Amino acid sequence: MTHDIRIERWTAASRAAVAVAGLLLAMLAAGPLFMDANAVDKLTTLFIYIILGTMWNALAGYGGLISVGQQAFFGLGAYVAVRLADAGMSVYPALLLAAAIVAAIALPISAVMPRLRAGEFAIGMWVLAELAHLVVNLDGLVQGETGTSLIALNAYAAETRHAATYWTALATMALLLLALFALLRSRTGAAIQAIRDNEEAAGSLGVRVLATKRVIFVLAAFGAALAGALWLATAITFQPKTYFSVQWTAYMVFMVLVGGLGTFEGPILGAVVFFAIEAWFGDAGVWYLVGLGATALLFSLYLPRGLWGWLQDRTGLRLLFVGYRVKPAP
Amino acid sequence: MIWLNQLIQGVLLGGYYALIACGLSFMYGVMRIINMAHGSLAILAAFALFVLADQYDVSPFVGLLVVLPAMAAIGWVLHRAVLDRSLNGGFLMPILSTFGLSIVIDNLLFQAFGADTRSLAPYIGTLSYDSWTITDDISVGQLAAGTFGLAVLLLGGLQLFLSRAPLGRAIRAVAEDPDTVGLVGIDARRVSAIASAIALVTVGIAGACLAMRATFDPYAGAPQLIFAFEAAVIGGAGSLWGTLLGGVVLGVAQSLGAQIIPQGFLIGGHAAFLAILLARLNRGGLRWPRRWAA
Repeated sequence: MTHDIRIERWTAASRAAVAVAGLLLAMLAAGPLFMDANAVDKLTTLFIYIILGTMWNALAGYGGLISVGQQAFFGLGAYVAVRLADAGMSVYPALLLAAAIVAAIALPISAVMPRLRAGEFAIGMWVLAELAHLVVNLDGLVQGETGTSLIALNAYAAETRHAATYWTALATMALLLLALFALLRSRTGAAIQAIRDNEEAAGSLGVRVLATKRVIFVLAAFGAALAGALWLATAITFQPKTYFSVQWTAYMVFMVLVGGLGTFEGPILGAVVFFAIEAWFGDAGVWYLVGLGATALLFSLYLPRGLWGWLQDRTGLRLLFVGYRVKPAP
Repeated sequence: MIWLNQLIQGVLLGGYYALIACGLSFMYGVMRIINMAHGSLAILAAFALFVLADQYDVSPFVGLLVVLPAMAAIGWVLHRAVLDRSLNGGFLMPILSTFGLSIVIDNLLFQAFGADTRSLAPYIGTLSYDSWTITDDISVGQLAAGTFGLAVLLLGGLQLFLSRAPLGRAIRAVAEDPDTVGLVGIDARRVSAIASAIALVTVGIAGACLAMRATFDPYAGAPQLIFAFEAAVIGGAGSLWGTLLGGVVLGVAQSLGAQIIPQGFLIGGHAAFLAILLARLNRGGLRWPRRWAA
């Protein structure tokens, strides 16, 4: 007995969600025209968090590669941007080129590191980040831990600068999300999700595991570097210790664990939650950090699929749908 | 002569790295879990000894009688409450849960003790600076030599325990195949919890050695985790003795690196680690201590 089946790649909910997301982006694009400088700055920070969360999730949730060293690319992105601006390049193109250069650096690294397993990869990446930090400190321009500034930003009036950084962050975030959405729905995306679910089984079905992981590794490095360069544009000062801090990875882990590891929407939700928590409790200093660590720990123990994963499991809701749904033919 | 001195100091430093790597490598060998809170727990033990010495005038050596059993208890609870449970979320989850735990420990220590660096050196009399003079240029610190000796004893003792004691054999059996050992009446969960407790005792010893030899602060856990991991990976061939070799290679690379350029201490260690990692991967994957009796 055979059944005719039909494969669904869009659902009514996911069509609506994409339309709403597009509308939201269009509204956000008009933001600097009517919002005050403080709100513009805050939202820029949120966009950077979303980039960090989704890119770390791409690596960990889909690639099965838990990295505790993404601050390597975050810091390098900022550092290369400082270097390019110092060489006379216009600031905003320099931010984008910096991320591209760091992605090029990540390419040979991707041939080696993703071959490490689980915890080996996690700490191996951390060692790389430490080494990158030490090497950047050797650069005379950076002046060791004293750091330097993106002086070239002085060329813009404060108002223009805030708006330009906002638009750059919003546009690159939207493009990265779109690229990830398209990638996950493509043929490579099917391979990526197969690797997420079971690496050995995927390999035995002919998925080129390492090659696929390399794609995600380089994409995630590009995203982290872009976030670092954007952060530099908002903070202006570059102190290696701040940018190469493992704290950035702690933030990424928090966002993804709370939002939902291995889901497309989860890290976006996680970034919004993290943003709100930081706004409310950021002043609590050390206790705030204790709370972040404890929350991440509790989610890993009791809600490992995060808020979004939990919601999906209970309701079957899919908004930004990257999977396949098998239905009987009508 | 100065190079020979650096070499000797590097080898002795390697003794400490072997000590801190011992628990990490042991835990990975038995449970296939890398405990990201490893370094933070060593610093926790160091602060416990510091409080005992500073507030209650307890010598660090006596303090260990309290701190090491406490570390064993923490190891047991860590396995039951965190490692075992987080495995339900997939084999990658323990990395994230222990990473979260390390953030909690580091920042709680910071909340309690502030940013000041501490050391146990003032509480161990002249041992912190006593040394044997070999030549005019070379002298060997007694504490460093003692740490090295302790590393040899601990690794040797652990090796002997694993190969001879019934519990040691049970631990090896669990490391080999945790699903099958139940058939021969071994409770894999219980044995793993005991192995965690043993690992944390070695972490406590390493924390004590670090605190006597050098200074530490609440955020000193992260570098200790990295050093432990580097030593374990460099030496990761065949047996626990590889860990000693790995520690020595790391210590020597750092020592010689520092001799070349002032910032070379850490760069030398990380570079040596990555070079060896690359060579290993080209020969087909890392090998951790697996056959403990070998």
